Amino acid sequence: MIRDARYEQMSRGDLDKLQLERLKAMAAYVYDKSPFYQRAMKEKGVAPGDIQTLADITKLPFTSKLDFRDNYPFGLMAVSMDKVVRVHSSSGTTGKPVVAPYTQGDIDTWSDVMARTLATAGVTENDVLQNSYGYGLFTGGLGFHYGAERLGASVIPTGGGNTKRQILLLQDLGTSVITCTPSYSLILNETALDMGVDLRETKLRVGVFGAEPWSDQMRKDIESKMGISAINIYGLTEIIGPGVSTECPYQCGMHIAEDHFLAEIINPDTGKQLPYGEIGELVLTTLTKEAQPVLRFRTKDITSLNPEPCKCGRTHVRMSRITGRTDDMLVVKGVNVFPSQIESVLLDVEGVEPHYLIVVDRQQGFKSDYLEIWVEVSEDIFSDEMSKMEDLEDRLRSEMDSVLAISAKIKLVEPKTITRTEGKAKRVVDKSELPIL
Amino acid sequence: MKIRQVSVFIQNQPGRLLAILEVMEKESINLRALSISESGEFGIVRMIFPDADRGIEALRDAGFTARMDWIVSAEIPDVPGGLLNNVVKPLSEAGINLKYFYASTDATTNKTIVVLKADDLDKADQILTGK
Repeated sequence: MIRDARYEQMSRGDLDKLQLERLKAMAAYVYDKSPFYQRAMKEKGVAPGDIQTLADITKLPFTSKLDFRDNYPFGLMAVSMDKVVRVHSSSGTTGKPVVAPYTQGDIDTWSDVMARTLATAGVTENDVLQNSYGYGLFTGGLGFHYGAERLGASVIPTGGGNTKRQILLLQDLGTSVITCTPSYSLILNETALDMGVDLRETKLRVGVFGAEPWSDQMRKDIESKMGISAINIYGLTEIIGPGVSTECPYQCGMHIAEDHFLAEIINPDTGKQLPYGEIGELVLTTLTKEAQPVLRFRTKDITSLNPEPCKCGRTHVRMSRITGRTDDMLVVKGVNVFPSQIESVLLDVEGVEPHYLIVVDRQQGFKSDYLEIWVEVSEDIFSDEMSKMEDLEDRLRSEMDSVLAISAKIKLVEPKTITRTEGKAKRVVDKSELPIL
Repeated sequence: MKIRQVSVFIQNQPGRLLAILEVMEKESINLRALSISESGEFGIVRMIFPDADRGIEALRDAGFTARMDWIVSAEIPDVPGGLLNNVVKPLSEAGINLKYFYASTDATTNKTIVVLKADDLDKADQILTGK
């Protein structure tokens, strides 16, 4: 069901007009109300009056995660604290948390975009929605809760954890929609099976999943195991939380709520805006946020935008599944390469273990003219016949070439050649840092 | 006769074969035959031990990627045409394709031991045993 047909089915021309009008107002608003943005705009030599077309957005300064940290907790805020009715926060696993204040107007906007998100995912007021996102500082729990209530669905606010009771409630209360992280859905399913419950035989029909990266393969797995339609959503604490974009049941990209968020794709290296269809870093500007509006937030998420109207009837631009983070990006012979792409190729080859190393020659930052991929040879892929080993090498090389669109050198190495690290593995090394064999 | 062979994956670098042989010496494991195939960056070392189980265990414990395979061994006379008439010709006539083979000669007995892998191992064994 299309909830906000007026906005969700606007023609591109009308959307552009609406976005320009709101962008102009937003630039004036932050210049006036947020000392941080006034300073940033002055430094860039841009005044609110300079925004005359949508293309003028490139005159505005970027905002980075670092800006949030350096101005922790409320340095980006554009209202006084008495106007703030709620504060959320990111987990802050990589440093100081990002604090997100909301006015009552922001909570209303958020509830609207979340109600729209759920409706787009195929949820209706007749659904029983079990919200297993964590409640509290995390935006997932309350974001979904308010959105589902606004939509008129019956909300069961289970939050995360206590999985056995979740399965019991899911059965007894007739849950038809589950909202949680994709990985928690797999835990739910395993627990259900342990309890002798086949989720395919319950009323569950839709899952709305986000807050962590997942793949299309994982989606297929979840859909077949649980007998549901698994919908991918996207959002960020810095922007609003969940509600920035969502798939419709056609699962062909996530519709960005363009009446509230303006999306750009840039080359993460140069900061230059890229045309529709090209892959690059997603940059988001809030168009209606009050407490903490954000100009040109560099999400570090890699995606592309598709402006073609969707089969579902919505016109808002669709972003593809996040394929990586700019932090991980490499540029090899002018082509963007993500370690996640390399990993997916390796894992698709039977018996190949996820111990690999990407070797580059980084004489110019993250640019390299050289790409070598080390793969540890486990007993599962080792053969006493040279021709089979050469076939394996060839197969890895050609799969890699077709996925990366550049040629990589494959090097089969002995086990334990690649240093094991605790926690996050180091996957990319410069030639000069290579272990001596 | 079908026997078991242990193969090890190594990088094609100085010291790797040495590392294998050092394991053998340390564990007092005797080696009957050995061959190396190499392909640019890596190699496959194939070995015949009196006790294949002990051999592979020692190599695995030392961290090598190792595997065990059935192959065929045959004893042939160390004379001109010995390999041709006793191994290659009969297998070729039977349409059997060799994947690899290696040999070692014992000068005191004038016998050569040939070990080989073929696409049809059982048939190769039958033919060579029949000789």
